[in-house]
Amino acid sequence: MIELSINGAPRQFPATLTVQQLAEALELIGKRFAVELNGEIVPKRLHAETTLNDGDRLELVVAVGGG
Amino acid sequence: MTQDLFQIAGKTYGSRLLVGTGKYKDFAETRAAIDASGAEIVTVAIRRVNIGQTAGEPSLLDYLPPSEFTYLPNTAGCYSADDAIRTLRLARELLDDHKLVKLEVLGDPQTLYPNVRETLKAAEVLVKEGFDVMVYTSDDPIVARELEQIGCCAIMPLASLIGSGMGILNPWNLRLIIEQSKVPVLVDAGVGTASDATIGMELGCDGVLMNTAIAGARDPIRMAHAMKLAVEAGREAFLAGRMPKKLYSGDPSSPLAGLIAAK
Repeated sequence: MIELSINGAPRQFPATLTVQQLAEALELIGKRFAVELNGEIVPKRLHAETTLNDGDRLELVVAVGGG
Repeated sequence: MTQDLFQIAGKTYGSRLLVGTGKYKDFAETRAAIDASGAEIVTVAIRRVNIGQTAGEPSLLDYLPPSEFTYLPNTAGCYSADDAIRTLRLARELLDDHKLVKLEVLGDPQTLYPNVRETLKAAEVLVKEGFDVMVYTSDDPIVARELEQIGCCAIMPLASLIGSGMGILNPWNLRLIIEQSKVPVLVDAGVGTASDATIGMELGCDGVLMNTAIAGARDPIRMAHAMKLAVEAGREAFLAGRMPKKLYSGDPSSPLAGLIAAK
C-alpha cells in the first residue's frame, strides 16, 4: 500500500504505479492535463516510465475559464 | 485603407481584442461570446483537476479548440513570483510547449491590485526560460519600462481594478506608457463598456484585454459584438488622427458666404 498526495488530498493505492497508470485510475485518459511531481513537471512522454512512490506529492492541472 | 495587423511575439493577428473565458453561464455561451467578439487570443486559467468529477464532462478545450484560438494561460490567483512561475511551467506542459503567457501576480485579495515587485521577479525568470510574457501591471510608467527592459513582449497596464468596470481612470499614465514603449501596450482590466475600450484604443493602445465587461453584461453575446466594434472604431480613430480640440473657437462646417440677406 502506498499513499500519494494528489492536489493536496491523500489517496491510497495498492501498489507502486506509474503516472500513466494513475491517469488511467483517475479516468484522465483522453483529457489534456499536466502533472507536477514533487515540484517538478513530468512531461507527457515520460508518463509511462515515471514511477510514483509512497509519500510523493502530485499536482494535476487542466485549463479552465479565466480572465 | 492599408491593412492594420497586430503583432505579438512574432505572430500576426487581425483582432486587437483579447478576451477572457471566465464567468460565463456555460461553455456554449463562452463560445458564442468569443465568436461575436472576433477575438483570436483567449485567456485561460490553470487549475487543479477536479478528481472524480471530471470523467465524461466536456471541457473548455472542447468548445475552444487550441487549433482555432491562441491560448493565453494566465496566473490569476497567484500572489508570489514562485507560484506564478510554477503555474506557467505547468501551462507550457499542458499546452504542448506553448510559450505565450499572461503573467499577473496579485498583491491584495480585496482590490486584486498587482504586486509589482513579485511581477518583476517572475518576469525575469520566465523571460530567461523562453516564455513570451505579456505582463499585467500597474499603470506606473517606470515599472512598465523595467518590464520592457526585462524582455516582456507586451505591457498590459490596468485601466482600473480587475472586474470593476470603472473604465480608464488615468489616461495620462496610459499615454506615458504608450509613448515610451517599443512593445505593444494593451489595456488589461477595468473596461466596463464599449466606450472605455474605444478610449483606450484612441489613446494609442495596441489592444484591449477584457473578460467581465462581456461576461457580466446582461447580454454577453451582444456586448462581445459591441466590444469588437468599439476596439475597431478606437483603432481607426487613432490611425486617422483626431481633429485638434479648439476651446472657445467655433468653426462652422457650413460656408459663411451666401447666407440669405437679413432685412
